[in-house]
Formats: sequence, structure tokens, C-alpha cells
Amino acid sequence: MYTIQKVRNLTADILWMEVFAPRVAANCLPGQFLIVRLGEKGERIPLTICDYDRIAQTVTIVFQVVGASTAKMAELRVGDAFSSVMGPLGKPSELTEETPEALRQKKILFVAGGVGTAPVYPQVKYLHSLGVPCDCIIGARDQSLLILTDEMTAMADNVYIATNDGSAGVKGLVTDVLKDLVLHQGKHYDLCVAIGPMIMMKFCALLTRELGIPTVVSLNPIMMDGTGMCGACRITVGGQVKFACVDGPEFDGHLVNFDEAMNRQTLYKTEEGRAMLALREGKHEGGCCEKEVANHA
Amino acid sequence: MLSLQRVPVREQPAAQRRQNFEEVCLGYDREEAIQEASRCLGCKKPKCVEGCPVSIDIPGFIAKVKSGDVAGAAHVIAKDSALPAVCGRVCPQESQCEGLCVLSNKGDSVSIGKLERFVADSARELPLNQAAPITKNGKRVAVVGSGPAGLTCAGELARKGYEVKIFEALHEAGGVLVYGIPEFRLPKENVVAKEIEGVKRLGVEIETDTVVGRSVTIDELMRNEHFDAVFIGSGAGLPKFMGILGENANGVFSANEYLTRANLMRAGQPDADTPLHTGRRVAVVGGGNVAMDAARTALRKGAEVYIVYRRGEKELPARVEEVHHAMQEGIHFELLTNPTAILTNEKGWVSGMTCVRMGLGEPDESGRRKPVEVKGSDFTLEVDMVIMALGTTPNPLIASTTPGLNTNKWNCLIADDNGQTTKLGVWAGGDAVTGAATVILAMGAGKTAAQSIDDALSKRQ
Repeated sequence: MYTIQKVRNLTADILWMEVFAPRVAANCLPGQFLIVRLGEKGERIPLTICDYDRIAQTVTIVFQVVGASTAKMAELRVGDAFSSVMGPLGKPSELTEETPEALRQKKILFVAGGVGTAPVYPQVKYLHSLGVPCDCIIGARDQSLLILTDEMTAMADNVYIATNDGSAGVKGLVTDVLKDLVLHQGKHYDLCVAIGPMIMMKFCALLTRELGIPTVVSLNPIMMDGTGMCGACRITVGGQVKFACVDGPEFDGHLVNFDEAMNRQTLYKTEEGRAMLALREGKHEGGCCEKEVANHA
Repeated sequence: MLSLQRVPVREQPAAQRRQNFEEVCLGYDREEAIQEASRCLGCKKPKCVEGCPVSIDIPGFIAKVKSGDVAGAAHVIAKDSALPAVCGRVCPQESQCEGLCVLSNKGDSVSIGKLERFVADSARELPLNQAAPITKNGKRVAVVGSGPAGLTCAGELARKGYEVKIFEALHEAGGVLVYGIPEFRLPKENVVAKEIEGVKRLGVEIETDTVVGRSVTIDELMRNEHFDAVFIGSGAGLPKFMGILGENANGVFSANEYLTRANLMRAGQPDADTPLHTGRRVAVVGGGNVAMDAARTALRKGAEVYIVYRRGEKELPARVEEVHHAMQEGIHFELLTNPTAILTNEKGWVSGMTCVRMGLGEPDESGRRKPVEVKGSDFTLEVDMVIMALGTTPNPLIASTTPGLNTNKWNCLIADDNGQTTKLGVWAGGDAVTGAATVILAMGAGKTAAQSIDDALSKRQ
């Protein structure tokens, strides 16, 4: 039974849950994801693993309520259970393959956007556990949507916050902060890890290419089985078609075709798609477009 | 006087079944079955058995049907097959048992598949004698994948006294029987679920949501969970694409995705959360069973459907019955036609597919005549959705996380005739070894491996 052990609200509609999932907890590493399913005819929803406890055999997921399926998940309380928790899936972050010594030679910058802060957290925590310092930029629309800032502040050397309306940190986008750090504050970074909405990752990668900083992004496209079977998550990286579920989810941000990836994310949520579905099925209850935004938006 | 024609099987009329997902073929009733069974000559050296990958005693079970002993017939089949209701429905009988039936020299072969199905379906309703209690031998075998290969291997080993646990990556057992083959060809609740229940009744345990290679490795299963042997029947799950322009447009799906949504996820059913997109005019590229399944699913979802296949009708690899049913239902066949690009509109959605007509040249290495482009025959098929059903290859995940387990250049696990892989204590069979093939060949491989595992572990005492 994939029982929920702890639940808390990070914001009004972003939830943090600790779930009993022994096999996932035993083998997962930062950067990997899992798939949850609720109810007999429930959707399979991919979510990045935000934390894990090998002794308690639990994994932590963070998700935003964006549609019918995530709304159902948000109603779960301690003691309730998911029908499935499957994973870990995807390749672990490349950081986990490097020695602590090699990592300590690098200046690493994380850029987190919105609920994408959650998948950044385990990587920052992992580096912290090895004594590797890093910086982190966290961006959100406004202060009420910022999550995990205390946890990040405790683990990272420097945490910079940006909000669109200036209600917390500097007023502006994460890319504004990044540009300022490198061009005006004399910061140097060897690696940037950017996780957040696709549009944020796109512009972040465009900027870091200009600045000459190698950049890793974590993609969370539409997915179904998560094991390479359906091909729904195919994206183009450096002119080659890759499956985010098995070849990723992390890719070289400078090689990802973001425009195509963003277009594919709209598959079940454009007006056209809705109209087609409504026409075919006679109704459209939503819940279909949420998987790609539940964890990253 | 022996009839040269088989007893016809009742089917849902094409016009009616286009509107629903209920089974197309209705099967024989008792009277029809006995009548068809009486056509069997009961050959002393039955060719049909040679054509069966699991060597069912075909004349033996048909003789029981003829005498009206359905339970007896079920027992005969059960000795060699754990999934008769499935095989009666999805085996390519015309190229196996029925293809070798001596009657086919003069007229119709005995309708072996339909008789097997009749026995399996009828026996489910009968209070069959329970098999003798199995004496456990204290040894444990892990089976990876709950498709036809895994279920067969697990059932065989459980019968021999092994403690067997199946690990399934998805949330429901059955593999391709559940995610791939649609309801109208293979009913899930009444057929697949019942046959899986039968395997569980033998004592086999099934753990779902477990991706071997990620959730746990083969070495961990053997070292930490004390399995004496492992059988890998993980299938061929990775879809192929053509690599043509526009293939990542919205509205291009792999058949795996489309069928898994419709079958496993029940997408499109009123209370299902998973969405299913079906266009108004759909092209399905490919000519195998999966292409037919995807095409007929889209048709039932209200689309006008075109099968686009680069060779001719004779070369279609699908079961004859499926092609026949698809044509009856009004699927258009664009044969000797190959896609060259997918066109998109300004929003990135499919707006058409350019194709070229093909002619047939010299036979290639598969023995089939090689299709060659007819110059200047380009045209555009007006479609708003494309389903790629070009075949699948094995998932490299298990091999890449299991030191000592070797694969060939197509990512297929290397195994000998007994299913023994390059790693001690690990066997494999089915599509994971052969690449995409049939349910019955996977079952045959599962059965062979079970025997080999038993031979090896018995020696080990």
C-alpha cells in the first residue's frame, strides 16, 4: 500500500506529500521521477522525486493542483493511499556520477521556477550532503507561489529570489538575476541546472549559451507509461529524437528544441484539442493537461 | 460425408460492430463446435501439432469435443497451454496448426482456433476438478513481465512446485494482452483477467508497479530477495518511428501510445481520467496486427481510417481474419504506399501526409518482394492524425542494468534454444529475445525456459 505518511501545503495549491514506496525509496537518486496513479481509471501522473528516506522507505512528491486528477490527489490525507507509485524512472542527475572532489572544483548554479523548485531541492540537498557549495536562483510569479525557500537557504551558499511583481526578492525574472550575477557581480559558474516551466528553461538556456555556461534542463513532457513504451514524451535534442522518460529527464539545455517541446505540451490543452475532444467525446472534463504542468509550472 | 467447408463462426455484423468495442467474433456454440470437431480426421501423425509452438494435443482435445466432453478437452489443452482462451483468439492459426491441417489440401482446414476458444470459454463456466495439490520444492523463481511469456513460464514452474513471483512494470498484469490488443478482439474482463486468475490460482504472486532495472535489479532479486533463477519476459516495448519530417507534430502517435491509452488506461470511457485524441481522418502506417488494432480502434472512435502500407495485400503481416474484419468494417487500404513527410498547420498539428506509391521488386532477405518507389507518384493524403505502427524493439533497460546479460545489435537479449542467457541463473524468452513476434511464440519460449530452469535447479540440490 502506497500510504501517505505526511501532507502539508507549501502554498494554497502546491502540496508536499511523503508516501510509503519501499522499492522507489531504496533505489532512487536525485534527478529521477516516479509515476503516481489514483483510482482504478486514474491517470498516470509523472512527478519528480523531491526527497527520499531509505530507512523510512518513503519518497516525497510535490505537486500543484492544476486539474481534475491533481485536485483528487490534493484531497488525500495521512493514511490514504495511491493506487500506484512506480519508479524510480529516468536517469539520475549526472551530478550523482561525479566524485565529491570533482564536484567541489565546480561552481554550480541552480535556477528554479515555481513548483520546479521542488525537483531542484534534492540536487541541492545531495550536493550539500557532500559538502559541495552551490548557488540558487528561485523565481515565481509572486511571493505566495514561492516554495521551499527556507530549505534551500539552509542548503545552498547563496539563494537569490525573483518575483514578477517584486513582492519578494528582486522584481523581475530569473534570467534577469542570472545576467546580473554574471555580468555585474563578477560571479563565475561552470554549470547551470535549470528546472521550471518550459518557457523559463528555454530563455535560461538561451542566456547561458550567450554567457558560455553549460546548462542542464529537466524536461517533463506528456508521458504515459514512463518506461519508453509510448513515445509520447519524444523531444528533439541536437537534431535527434529522444524519449524524455528513458533518455532523460535531464538534457543539455543548449541542444533541446524547446519550441517543439512546448508545442507538444499543448497536445491535450489547446482550444483545438479541447474542441476536438469535446466533439469526439461529447464532453471534456479537463485533467488531461495537468501532468506536464503539475510538477514544473 | 466429410464437409470440405468449416462450420462458419457467428460474428457481429460489420455495420453494428463499427459502433462498439464488443467482441467481433462470437464463437461457436456447443452444437456448432461438435459439428466442426467431427471434421477432424484424427491423424495418426498430426501435422497440426507440429505447427503449434506449445505442441497442444490438438486431435486429442478435438476428439473430446466431438464426444461432447468439454471438460475433458479443457484438461487436454491445459497440459500444454495456460492461456487457451487468448490463443484461440489471437494466434495466427492460418500459418501454424490450421496451415498444416491435411484437410487444407482439399478444402477448409479444421477450425482449430475457434474450437480451442470454444473449449476455453465453456470450461470457464464448468466446475472443473481442481488439479492435485502442488508439492512445493522450496525454490524461488522471479519472472520479469506478466505478458504471455512470463505468465506461461510462471504457470509451468508453479505447477512443478516452484514459488514464483512475477514483477510487472505497469499497474495491471497481462502485458500486451492488456495494453495492446483491444477489447473487440480480446475481452479483458472475461478472457484475459480470468486466465491471469488461473495462473494466480496455481500460487503465482504478481507484484505490479515494479520496473525491473530501476525499482530493483536482477542482481538484487537474486542476491537480496533470494530467487534461485530469473526469467525475463519483458517483451519488445519501444516503438519505432520512421524518421520523416513532421513526425513530432501534434497528432502523430505511436500505436503503442494510442492503444495503451484506449486499452490499459480506458481512455475515452466516461469515468476515465486519461484523455484520448482521435482525429477525423486518421492514417495508420503499417500492416501488422498492431496496425489493424489501432485502425479499428480509431474507426470505432468515429474516424475515417486509412491503412498505409508499403507492400501489397499478400504481404500484410497481420492475421488474415483481422485484415478481413478491417476491410468489412470500412477501413481504407492504401497499399503499396509509403509516407514521405507529415504536413503541419500553423499550430503545429497534423494537416496531411505526403506519400509515394510503391512497386514490388526482387525478394529481399525476408523473402518478401522489396518495395521500390514509383517515380513521380507523390500525393497527399488528407488526414489530421497519424498513428505509426511500424513495430517495436526490446527495452534496453534490463540489459543495461544487469552486468553479464548480453544483447545483440537490435537490443534483443541473447539466449540459447532453452532460453538460457549469457548470465548464469537468468533465462529469457518471447519478444525480449526475438524482437516483436506473436503471443504464442512468446508462450512457447516461456514454456521451454520453464523446463530448462527446472532441469538446472533440480540438478543443483
